[in-house]
Order: sequence, then structure tokens, then C-alpha cells
Amino acid sequence: MPSLKDLKNRIESVKNTRKITKAMQMVAAAKLRRAQEAAEAGRPYSEGMNKVMRSLAAAAADGEGPKLLAGTGADQTHLLVVMTAERGLCGGFNSSIVKLARQKIEDLQALGKTVKILTVGRKGRDQMKREFEDLMVGHVDLSDVKRVGYENATAIARDLLARFEAGEFDVATIFFSRFQSVISQVPTEAQIIPVAPAEVDGAEEESGKVVYEFEPGEEEILTELLPRAVATQLFSALLENAASEQGARMSAMDNATRNAGEMIDKLTIQYNRSRQAAITTELIEIIAGAEAL
Amino acid sequence: MAETMQFDLVSPERSLASFAASEVQVPGSEGEMTVMPEHAPVITTLRPGIVRARGEKGDEEFIVTQGIAEISAASVAIIAEQAFPRAEVSRADMEKILEEARARAEAASGEERLTAEKFVEELVHFIEMME
Repeated sequence: MPSLKDLKNRIESVKNTRKITKAMQMVAAAKLRRAQEAAEAGRPYSEGMNKVMRSLAAAAADGEGPKLLAGTGADQTHLLVVMTAERGLCGGFNSSIVKLARQKIEDLQALGKTVKILTVGRKGRDQMKREFEDLMVGHVDLSDVKRVGYENATAIARDLLARFEAGEFDVATIFFSRFQSVISQVPTEAQIIPVAPAEVDGAEEESGKVVYEFEPGEEEILTELLPRAVATQLFSALLENAASEQGARMSAMDNATRNAGEMIDKLTIQYNRSRQAAITTELIEIIAGAEAL
Repeated sequence: MAETMQFDLVSPERSLASFAASEVQVPGSEGEMTVMPEHAPVITTLRPGIVRARGEKGDEEFIVTQGIAEISAASVAIIAEQAFPRAEVSRADMEKILEEARARAEAASGEERLTAEKFVEELVHFIEMME
């Protein structure tokens, strides 16, 4: 049985924890709003980019096309880009991305493919390192970045393209978390190299059938556009990830705050009981003493 | 014949403009062009320059560095790598972009280097024109 003083200390410390988790929740909520706004602001660009890519891919379909679009022809070496958060305390956010990536690695290795890993975000690197340290080829550190910008995405894209040019891999896949709502973030994988234009639903396809003229030629536009399409995909993944991270952190901290509240209630009851017990014992002692006289 | 067409200008980080325009000047890589409604569908790359759109409230000007313009009969969509409203950019800002482009050209190799160097040249040319 802990003493009254111990209980009191524990209640105090849980209250402090609750204050911290509550504050973190509110900070996450504010950041989430900003992250969502950023994700929304980036959407017209990636949609526009996708539309142009589709018209181009359709026009260039008959030819061989550049390597970035057609692939290297091989399917041997896979580069997995695992994008996670820089910080923890966000529920299962990081682990679920890593879990998806681990599954993919095992599948690929079972098929006899070579797997390489590039991590973005410290948490993912730490978790992957435990099992796959020998497969890791690089890491992108974003811990100094307060708010992900397009230049972060272009930097990663440039790194990827340089590796692709050097023949380090045939297929690149990114792993990130798609933001659905505060309580639901879906770990997702998407192939970025060779570039695969996003699928379209029927209605949009009709309007996409306009035959465009290209200035300069299709090839030139493609070579200029493809690296940018990779960067755009990375950028939207980064944005989705940022929103997901804050959403996950918000609900994790909400849970923690609630748990702390419950714990305080329990401890307070225990505290009151032991206090009452102490008073009762004291009274009994006094009465017993008085009777003995 | 339609009087206006939909004009959109987006950069990766935000959407800068979206309104009905009666004519749009686009700095295409093959040359400056003025787009009117009912233009034949064209997709063109951009070089550093000024996009000028004539809307209801008069002309609006934007500076773009690189990107793609997608032109169809009823719309002009400019998907720019970097875009700023004309008033927000000073010569110093442009020179900073130029410095970055130069550094990138130095670091690049092969074909990439050629494109990067071409971009630097176009930027220099554009900054001179700005005066």
C-alpha cells in the first residue's frame, strides 16, 4: 500500500503528464490544419501535371519513350523509399508505414529480387536499421525542415534520378501514409519510377481525348517533364505524410490525455480511501485509548 | 465564339490565379505567344518570362521560371515550377534564383548540365529584359 504522500506525488506527476499531452494535442491540431491547407494548395498542380502527363503518355505510347517512362526493361533491383516522420509520439504512424515496407521487402526477396532502401525521416531509418541495415543505401534528413516545401521534394527527386541514371535500380516505390481523416491514415505504396501516370475514371477520360500539338516535340517535353513528375509525386507524398503525422499525433495525444484523466480519477479515489482509512484508524486508537482509562 | 477562357496558374505550393481571361501572353520556349479563346490545343514548355493575362479587372502579370502551359479552346493552364505575382518580385529575388540555377548547373553533368546551362542563359536574358 503506497503512503498518502506517494499517492499525492503520483497524482501530481500524472497531472503534469496530462498537461503536456494536452498541449501536444493542441499543437498537433494547429499544425494539422496548416498541413491540410498545404496539401490542398498543392493539389491543382499535381492534377494539372497528371493531366498533361496523360496526354503526353498517350501521344508517346507508340514510340519507345524515354527510359524514365518506359523503364529499364528489367525488374531486378527495387529501390524502396520509406517516408516517415522525424519524430515519434504519433501513435502507430511510423510503424504502420515500416510494416508495409517490411512486407514488401519480404515479398520481393522471396521472388529473388534485389532490394535497396532509401529512408526519408529519422523514425523510419531507426526502425528499418534493426533488420535491414545492409540494404540501406541512403537517408534524407528533414529534421531541420519546419515545413516541407517543394525544394525538399526536388532534392529527393534529384537524388533518385541520379541513382536511376547510374543504373542503381530498375523500379522505385515510395511508402507513405495517405491522409484520410484525423482518425484514419492509410499506409500506401506507389511506384514513382518508371513514371506511371495516375489512373483516370471514365468521365475524365472523355475530356482528355483532345489531341494536342506539342511545342517543342513530345520527346523534349517528356524529358523535361518526367523528372518534374517524379518531384511532384514525392512532394504530394511528403504533404500527405505531414498531414497524416499530425493527425496521428493528435489522436494519440487525445487518447493519452483521456487515459491520464482516468488515471487521476482512480488515484484520487485511492488517495481518498487511504486518507479515510487513516482517519478511521486514528479515531479507533483514540477511542480505544479513552476506553482503557 | 466565346469571349473568354478559363485561365489557371498553379505552382507546386499554391494556386496563384484562376479567372476568366480574354487573352493570355505565354512565354513559350519556342517563342512568346498570345493565346486567345478558341486556340488550337497546344502543350508547350515555358522559359523564364512574364505571363500576362487580361481579365475583367485589367491585366495581371506573373513571373514564371520553368513549367508547362496546356492550352485548349476553352482554357489555359500554366503549371509552373516557380511562379510569383509580378509586383512581389524584385531584381534581387531573380538574381537569387539565378545563383541557385548556376550552382545546379555546376553540379550537374551530361545532358542535365546542358539543360541547366540553357536555363541559366534564359534567366540571364530575362533579367536583362526586366530592366
